[in-house]
Amino acid sequence: MRADLYAVLPEIAILASASLILIAGLFIPQARRAISFWLAQAALLATMWIVVSTAQVGTVRAFHGMVVDDMLGDVLKLLALVAVSLMLFYGRAYLEARGLFRGEAFVLVLFALLGMMVMMGAASFLTLYLGLEILSLSLYALVALQRDAAAPAEAAMKYFVLGALASGMLLYGVSMVYGATGSFDLDRVAEATLGSQGNRTLLAFGLVFIVSGIAFKLGVVPYHMWVPDVYHGAPTPITLLVGTAPKLAAFAFTLRVLAGALKGMEFDWQGMLIVLSLLSMTLGNLIAIAQTSVKRMLAYSTIANMGFMLMGFLAADLNGYSAAMFYTVAYVFTSAASFGVVLLLSREGFEADAIDDFKGLNRRSPWWAFIMLLVMFSLAGVPPMLGFYAKFAVLEAAVNQGFVWLAVAGVLASLVGAFYYLRIVKLMYFDEPTDREPIVAPGGTRAILSANGLALLVLGILPQPLMGLCVVALAQSQF
Amino acid sequence: MTFANAVWYLFAAILVFAALRVITVKNPVHAALWLVLSFFSAAAIWLMLGAEFLAIALVLVYVGAVMVRFLFVIMMLDVDFDDLRRHFKSYIPVGATVGGLVLVEMILVVVAGAKDAAGGGSLPAGSNTKALGRLLYVDYVYPFELAAVLLLIAIVAAIALTWRRRKDTRRQDPGEQVKVKRGDRVRLIAMPAEKRER
Repeated sequence: MRADLYAVLPEIAILASASLILIAGLFIPQARRAISFWLAQAALLATMWIVVSTAQVGTVRAFHGMVVDDMLGDVLKLLALVAVSLMLFYGRAYLEARGLFRGEAFVLVLFALLGMMVMMGAASFLTLYLGLEILSLSLYALVALQRDAAAPAEAAMKYFVLGALASGMLLYGVSMVYGATGSFDLDRVAEATLGSQGNRTLLAFGLVFIVSGIAFKLGVVPYHMWVPDVYHGAPTPITLLVGTAPKLAAFAFTLRVLAGALKGMEFDWQGMLIVLSLLSMTLGNLIAIAQTSVKRMLAYSTIANMGFMLMGFLAADLNGYSAAMFYTVAYVFTSAASFGVVLLLSREGFEADAIDDFKGLNRRSPWWAFIMLLVMFSLAGVPPMLGFYAKFAVLEAAVNQGFVWLAVAGVLASLVGAFYYLRIVKLMYFDEPTDREPIVAPGGTRAILSANGLALLVLGILPQPLMGLCVVALAQSQF
Repeated sequence: MTFANAVWYLFAAILVFAALRVITVKNPVHAALWLVLSFFSAAAIWLMLGAEFLAIALVLVYVGAVMVRFLFVIMMLDVDFDDLRRHFKSYIPVGATVGGLVLVEMILVVVAGAKDAAGGGSLPAGSNTKALGRLLYVDYVYPFELAAVLLLIAIVAAIALTWRRRKDTRRQDPGEQVKVKRGDRVRLIAMPAEKRER
């Protein structure tokens, strides 16, 4: 029992602190809500410490095969904690200005994080699904938290209905896999599928539904309909949350289910992922060009980027998985910085949502224009940025496995994508500003956002430590 | 036929009859009450089959909570049931098709099940409350706790999304109510005694 609890110590810490903040919120007046904020940050920091100090080499299974504690889970949990902490820092001023700086917001953010961590350490379809629902339910509520505005309510409704549909498809697929193999345990399912036991037809049907469910959660074409509306409608800090850390959980989900449990069906899901990847890269990048809203543009950019990530994943070897993991991590932190700048430019009553709001940013603040330049270059994959190396690793993995034509399509799609990223750069440096309000933000947030932006450059020049971490995490874990 | 068999058939007959009444009776409140009776009979049958935990859960959860809520809803909704019943005939084709399909499926399941009758697994020795408890709180304790977290999130989310502090609502403050002193409620007025007029 003690070993069991040890394996889920980070989850326990997050759950306990979320409950604590929920109760403490009763006694904290609205004027001193910053206490809740700092409590949440302290909880994240403490959990990071727990994750690092309980990390060990080797795989531990706990709670009768419901949970797995391995390097992969630890690394992803740590990164998700960092991403959520960044989201709270960047979003603070925005939330304060719109009356969303409430205790429930922090509690729901921590619960969403709990769901992600449960998914990252799941060893059974049951745990995976519960983690996914904990994450999704918290996100639906967070998107709708700004109750008096119409756009968030509409976004939350779409997200909720489509999310429920995706959960249903996923469960249907899982039930078929259960019917074919007789187990929810990912390892047992892997044994059954690798040993070509079980009904192949039933497994193939189950796989289709599971891949559809995963595709929805990743937001890849043709399951991408919710992404632009949710990104656009949600309050920007919540968009930042939806667009960053859950991608890490979705990666863990994809890895543990497709590369782990359904390893024996590799040929089947490779074909499906090729279609998803190709469609997402082309459609995402093409439609992004037509957007006038930054949040919508970044939403289509997410779709395209997740397609790119899947290209690495479908190489289906250690090289491909680590490239996909690196890509996800790189995307998460680039995306965090991009929304961070959008949040920095918005203020009370002003959203900085239109692309034209970036006009002449260089005149207003050369430093933030430079940070945004780094972010856009990274998203476009311009060397020597982090995004360039991530794209390079993914393309290399795909080419090594013989998917040359897919890699060529990926390169062409990202050339198209470079247009709309560089358009922002052009607006910032070569156009006259339309908005001359000074940019105000607390010093701490400025420092963190600057560090985040510069990290994209530094990690782009020296990607080896992060890549090494991904390779070690994957090599040390059984999935 | 032993006594236990006779009792079983009695409960089964009541169950089938009550279930029939649920769909044939005109008043929806009566239908809900017939449903309560059918739940009770089913619980009794489960009890005789040795599934005492399920029997008690059925009574506590369905009869005690779900049906009471059903009744509330039926009584609070202003549905014109006569109007609904007027369209009864037009629903017959659809209803008969679905009912027929369900019947065919049930017959197929029973026939196929009888052919390779593996029978249910043997019941675990001892109390099945204990066996279920073991499954829930030992083998599946982690998913069980996660499901509890999910419910907590649902509560927090529902309250966060719907609760508003309105200025015009009159609310009770239990703290104030407890702290109330005699002086807040009763005012003693010194007044001179009046002469009785007679």
